[in-house]
Amino acid sequence: MLFRAAILRRGRAASALLAMVVAAAVVTTMLNLFVDVQAKLRKEFRNYGANVVVVAKDRQTLPPNALNKVSSTLAGRGLAVPFAYAVARTSDGRSIVVTGTDFDQARKLNRWWSVTRWPTASQQALVGVRAAALVSPQGKPIDLNFGGRVVHLSLAGTLQTGAAEDSRIYLSLRDFEAWTQTHPSTIEIAVSGAPEEVSSVMQKLSETLPEAEVRPVRQIMEGEARVLGRTQATLLATAILIILTATLCVLATLTGWVYDRRRDFAIMKALGASQRLISGFVAAEAVLLGALGAVIGFGFGIAGAAWIGRANFHAPVVPRFSVFPTILAGSVAVALIAAILPIFLLRRVQPAMILRGE
Amino acid sequence: MFVRLVYESFRRQTRRKVLAGVAITLGVGVATAMIGVATDIGDKINRELRRYGANLVVIPQEDTLDVEIGGLNLKPASDGAYLDEAGLPKIKGMFWRNNIVGFAPMLPVTVNAGDDGQMTLLGTYFSKQLSFGKTDFVTGVRSTHPWWKVQGAWPNDGAEDVLLGERLAFRLNRGPGDRIEIAGHLHRISGILSTGGAEDDEIVAPLALAQQVLGRPRAVRRIYVSALTKPEDAFARRDPKTMNAAMYDRWYCSPYAQSIAYQLQEAIPNSHAEQIRQVAQNEGVVLSSVKGLMLLITLAALFASALAVSAAMATAMFERRGEVGLMKALGAGKISVAGLFFTEALLLGLMGGLVGFAGGALLARLIGRSIFDSEITIQPVLLPLILAIAVIVTFAGSALAIRRAIELDPVYALRGEG
Repeated sequence: MLFRAAILRRGRAASALLAMVVAAAVVTTMLNLFVDVQAKLRKEFRNYGANVVVVAKDRQTLPPNALNKVSSTLAGRGLAVPFAYAVARTSDGRSIVVTGTDFDQARKLNRWWSVTRWPTASQQALVGVRAAALVSPQGKPIDLNFGGRVVHLSLAGTLQTGAAEDSRIYLSLRDFEAWTQTHPSTIEIAVSGAPEEVSSVMQKLSETLPEAEVRPVRQIMEGEARVLGRTQATLLATAILIILTATLCVLATLTGWVYDRRRDFAIMKALGASQRLISGFVAAEAVLLGALGAVIGFGFGIAGAAWIGRANFHAPVVPRFSVFPTILAGSVAVALIAAILPIFLLRRVQPAMILRGE
Repeated sequence: MFVRLVYESFRRQTRRKVLAGVAITLGVGVATAMIGVATDIGDKINRELRRYGANLVVIPQEDTLDVEIGGLNLKPASDGAYLDEAGLPKIKGMFWRNNIVGFAPMLPVTVNAGDDGQMTLLGTYFSKQLSFGKTDFVTGVRSTHPWWKVQGAWPNDGAEDVLLGERLAFRLNRGPGDRIEIAGHLHRISGILSTGGAEDDEIVAPLALAQQVLGRPRAVRRIYVSALTKPEDAFARRDPKTMNAAMYDRWYCSPYAQSIAYQLQEAIPNSHAEQIRQVAQNEGVVLSSVKGLMLLITLAALFASALAVSAAMATAMFERRGEVGLMKALGAGKISVAGLFFTEALLLGLMGGLVGFAGGALLARLIGRSIFDSEITIQPVLLPLILAIAVIVTFAGSALAIRRAIELDPVYALRGEG
C-alpha cells in the first residue's frame, strides 16, 4: 500500500522528497563545515608566523640541544626556527645586527618575507633593504667584523618586511656560528592547533627547557582568537538560519501533502480502517520519506561540503559520518511531526463531510 | 474577469496561499540576510583583523639603521633622524582618512633610572585627543595595539605617569602606585603593561615625557598606522611613477596598503612609509578565505531556499488540479488557465519577496549587531534583484505542476485521479 501510494502520487511524493533531501543536504553541509572550517582557518592563520617564542633568560644563549628538544616536544605539530643575534661592524665602522638562522625553515615560517633571492651557498648573506642601501648599495661583497674576526660575505638577495628585519643581515646558522662562536638565543615556533593545544605545548616546552623563557606572541594569538571567534559565530548564525528555513519548508510541504490527501483517508475510514491504522500508515510513510531524504541528502551534503572546502581552502573537507545519525533522527522527526499534525486535525472530521468536499 | 478570478482565488483559498507565502517569505528572508552578511563580512573581518595591530609604519627618510636585538636598543641616542610630531594630525586629512583606524607615534630613548641602571623608555600616545581642521579624534596605542594589557590604570597623555613593562616590573619588584626614577625625576607608575613583546622590558611613557628626556621637543622616531586596506593585487604593486594620469588616479583612490603608504609620505614631511608585511600581507589571505567561505555558503543557502520555495510552490499547485479541470470543463483555454496561475505565482512571489526582504534586512542587522557590534545594512538596490529572483524561483517551482495540471484531461482531474 505504501509503495502504491508513492507510485500513484509520484509528483507530490517527489516534491516532498525533494524538500526533505535539500534540507538534509544543507544541514549536512553546514555541520561538516562547522567542524572543519576552524581547522582550515587556523592553518591560514599560521601564515602570520610564530605564535610562541622561546628566549634564553638574561640575554644568554640557549643550550645547544634546545632546538632538538623543542622539535621533539612539537612532534611535527609545528615549525621551530632558531635565531642567533650579534652586533657586528662594517668596514666603515657602522654597527649592524647580524642574524644567523635556518633559511629553509625561516622561509616556511615567515611567508610574508619578500626576498629577491634566497642564499644557496655558504658565505652568502641575505640583507635587509635598509641595511643594503647603506652597506652595499651596488650589491658588492661586504666585510663584517665581530670581535676582531672578519668575515667576507657575498650578497644573495635583499629582504623586505617593513619591520626590524629590514636593518639586519641574515646568514646561515652554520656560517654564523663558525664566525661569531655565538649560539641561538631565540627559537620562534609556529604551533598549529586550537588554543588549548598551544598552551599545552607551551607548558611542555617550559618543562623541558627550564633555562629558557617560553612566551606566547599575544599579538598573533589574540588576533587569531578574535577573528576566528567572529567567523565561527557568523557561521553558526548562518547554519541556524538555514536549518530553520529548511525545516520549516519541509514542514510546510509535507503538511500540505498529507492534508491534501484527506479524501484518501476518508475513503479508507469509510471502508472501515481505524484511526490508528491510518495514523500508522501516515507515520510509516513519513518515516520512510524522512529516512530516504536523509540518506540522499547526506550524500549531497558531503559532496557540497567537499566542494566548498576545495573551492575555498584548496583542501577537501573530511566527511564526518558521525553526524549521520543526527541527520537521520532529525529528518525522521521533522517528517513525523509534519505528517501527524494534519492527521491529528482531521481525526474528528466525519469521512462523509470530507468526501462531500467540505 | 481575470482580475476578479485572481482576487477571488486569493480571498477564498487563504490557507493554501499562506502556506506557499510563508515558504517564499522564509526563503527570501534567509537569502536576503545571507547576501547582506556575505557582502558585508569582508568589511567586518577587515576591522577585526586590525586587532593584529598596525599594518603600516612611517620612518624618517634619512634614518640610520636600527641596532636592536630582542627589544634592547643599541643605537646611540644621538644617532638617526626624527619625524616632526606636528605633522601627525595631518594623517586625518588624507584622502583615505576614514580608513585610518588609528596611529601611534613611538620614540624610544635610553634613560638612566638611578640605582636601577640603564633602560629603554618608549614614548607614545595612549589615547590622545588630537584635532585636524574641525574634526576631533582620539588615537594611540590603545587602538593600534589592542593586545596591550594594563594592570592598574593607563596613564593620561598629558600627565607624567608611566607604565612599567611586566618583566621589568618583576625585576625591579615594583607595582602600580610605586615610583621610579627617570633621568633624575621620580615618576608614578600607574600600571604594569603586558604585551608579550619587547615592551615588557621597557618603561612606556607619554610621548612628551620621552621628548623631554631626549631634549628634543616634537621628535618622533616612527609612527605605526593601522588602516583598513584592500587586498593587494598586481595593480597595487605597480610603481606610481610609471603610471599615466588615469591609472595614477585609480591607484591613488584605491585603499591599497601601497597607496595609503604613499599618501602618508605626502602628509608627513621627510618620511618613508612602508607596509608591515607580516600584518599587511596576511590580511589579504585571511580576508579572502573568510569572504570566499561566506560566499560559497551563501550560494548554498540561496540554492537551498530556491529549491525549498520551488517544492512548496509545486505542492500548492498540485493541490489545485480539480480547479483546473473545472475551468477547462467550462471552456477555459490552456493559455488563460496558465495565465491565471502564473499571475497568482507572481503575486505570491512579489508579496513573499517584499515581506521576506524586510525580514531579512532586520535579520542581517541583528546578526551584525550581536556578532560584530556594528550594523550590517542591506542596500536598497538589492530589492529589485531579490524580488526578481523570488518571482523566477516561484515560477520555476510552479511551472511543472501547472503544465501537468493543464495537460491533464478534465475528466480525470475532476474525478481526483492522476
